[in-house]
Amino acid sequence: MSDLTHLTIAAALDGLAAKKFSARELTNAHITKMGQAKGLNAYITETPDIACAKADASDKRRAIGDKVGALDGIPLGIKDLFCTEGVQTTAGSHILEGFKPTYESTVTTKLFDAGAVMLGKLNLDEFAMGSSNKTSYFGNVINPWKRQGDNTDLVPGGSSGGSSAAVAARIAMGATGTDTGGSIRQPAALTGTVGIKPTYGRCSRWGIVAFASSLDQAGPIARSVEDCAIMLGVMAGHDPKDSTSVEMAVPDFRKGLTGDIRGLRIGIPKEYRVDGMSQEISDLWAKGAEWLKAQGAEIKEISLPHTKYALPTYYIIAPAEASSNLARYDGVRFGLRVPGNSLDEMYELTRAAGFGKEVKRRILIGTYVLSAGYYDAYYLQAQKIRALILKDFTDAFKDVDVILTPSTPSAAFGFHENEDDPVQMYLNDVFTVTVNLAGLPGISVPAGLDSNGLPLGLQMIGRAFDEETLLRSAQALEKAANFTALPAGV
Amino acid sequence: MSLDSKTVANIATLARIRVPEADLPGLAQELSGIMTWIEQLNEVDTTGVQPMSGVLARDMPRRPDVVNDGGDPNKVLANAPEPAHGFFTVPKVVE
Repeated sequence: MSDLTHLTIAAALDGLAAKKFSARELTNAHITKMGQAKGLNAYITETPDIACAKADASDKRRAIGDKVGALDGIPLGIKDLFCTEGVQTTAGSHILEGFKPTYESTVTTKLFDAGAVMLGKLNLDEFAMGSSNKTSYFGNVINPWKRQGDNTDLVPGGSSGGSSAAVAARIAMGATGTDTGGSIRQPAALTGTVGIKPTYGRCSRWGIVAFASSLDQAGPIARSVEDCAIMLGVMAGHDPKDSTSVEMAVPDFRKGLTGDIRGLRIGIPKEYRVDGMSQEISDLWAKGAEWLKAQGAEIKEISLPHTKYALPTYYIIAPAEASSNLARYDGVRFGLRVPGNSLDEMYELTRAAGFGKEVKRRILIGTYVLSAGYYDAYYLQAQKIRALILKDFTDAFKDVDVILTPSTPSAAFGFHENEDDPVQMYLNDVFTVTVNLAGLPGISVPAGLDSNGLPLGLQMIGRAFDEETLLRSAQALEKAANFTALPAGV
Repeated sequence: MSLDSKTVANIATLARIRVPEADLPGLAQELSGIMTWIEQLNEVDTTGVQPMSGVLARDMPRRPDVVNDGGDPNKVLANAPEPAHGFFTVPKVVE
């Protein structure tokens, strides 16, 4: 039997339906490979027993001709930001070490109801705050990709770095991610995988550890646009338990992949040609536009004038919301407690010991911009600029159907690069963060390799709740790019 | 915008995060760097722009005001660091 871990989800579903292999065989192949790939540190918690039980249950359903779900028997990794009943959920933080939720997040409930098999909980930046997976209390995740002729370990992107590394290394067929400023799309771009952040409100946030509630969205990382469409179709949908989840029918995303993009208008935002953009990224972006044009799309230059303000706006809004959301970690109801002589001392010592450096930095920034005397100058101004950024997109979408941009300013980098200056690290999200502020769907598709042999991604941005057109365009891009490269040793 | 150690100490108290005295100057420098970078937002003219707190332009949905969950103290307390007699506990706050 060929290596089952290299199949796409779509192909694996076909193979399972045709009884070419069992869900247990598929799961076992992944568990074996997880054992060989421990050096990547992609999983915080492996759950082989749960995986085998779920795979056996799936095989039984198929054997007796019972109804099977859209992901029946497919082994997936779950970002450790999704609460999973009875299975440790850490958010990559010491403060939640050992936390075993007594409930299951809506998104994972939907995945498991559809027959998905959980291989384990995937590593991430602490509370999803980071772009390199270096801020996890449970250690760095290593990107399976290396520069040609250079054995330096590279980052897998973040915050969904365990998800991207696992999918690229074939130790999960797909994975859940979350994206607050680029945390699905940036790691997907750095690992040669596909990742989509759907429209804000498309997936329920219930049971996902909150970072910045007006920006957070769940989405899949997988190895093809079609696989992302399959997973998103299961993950999406209205949930009364999340008041921001939208009551709207979920289209059949897979069926929408017709391959026909004739007449589609693709926007190229001139403001994304940032200073110092490498020739490689710029060439790839132009090539992407050519690929879409060759398939009948029309290319138009557009303007998103407030683009340069998106990142600083984000670094007010996200920390402000985070400082409020993370107030709940106080050592009283769950998680770490460091004893103190008074209630305040207990809070202060618990939070000092439980949170890492980047999380503390963001809580302090958030507290500052919300504090008396600074609220109007910073927070209110950021909320107004956010409205202008949304208006930029609303105006642009009068003339185009989809927007094409690079996913990231560079390929994967080493663990000690971009280290000294937080602002330098924040620039990783320069192309992705606008999409969160505007609540739009965005997808990253692997489009080529740089001169060091590392994957580069292109991002497409769609209208709110038009993931269908977005996925269709992304598949056209995927087809033309024909990205087949593999990390060495995978 | 430059933050001094005293301001950082004050924010840290508000955020209930203990920061050792020795770490304050370094932290002040880091946060000042970030805030200086953020200053560029001041150049945007936002006169007449309504602030945006979220992307969903609609009212929050309502549900009937009924009890629809609860009654399971063991689940609620399952992850508490030091539960006692069916309660969360904290250090003594009243003398």
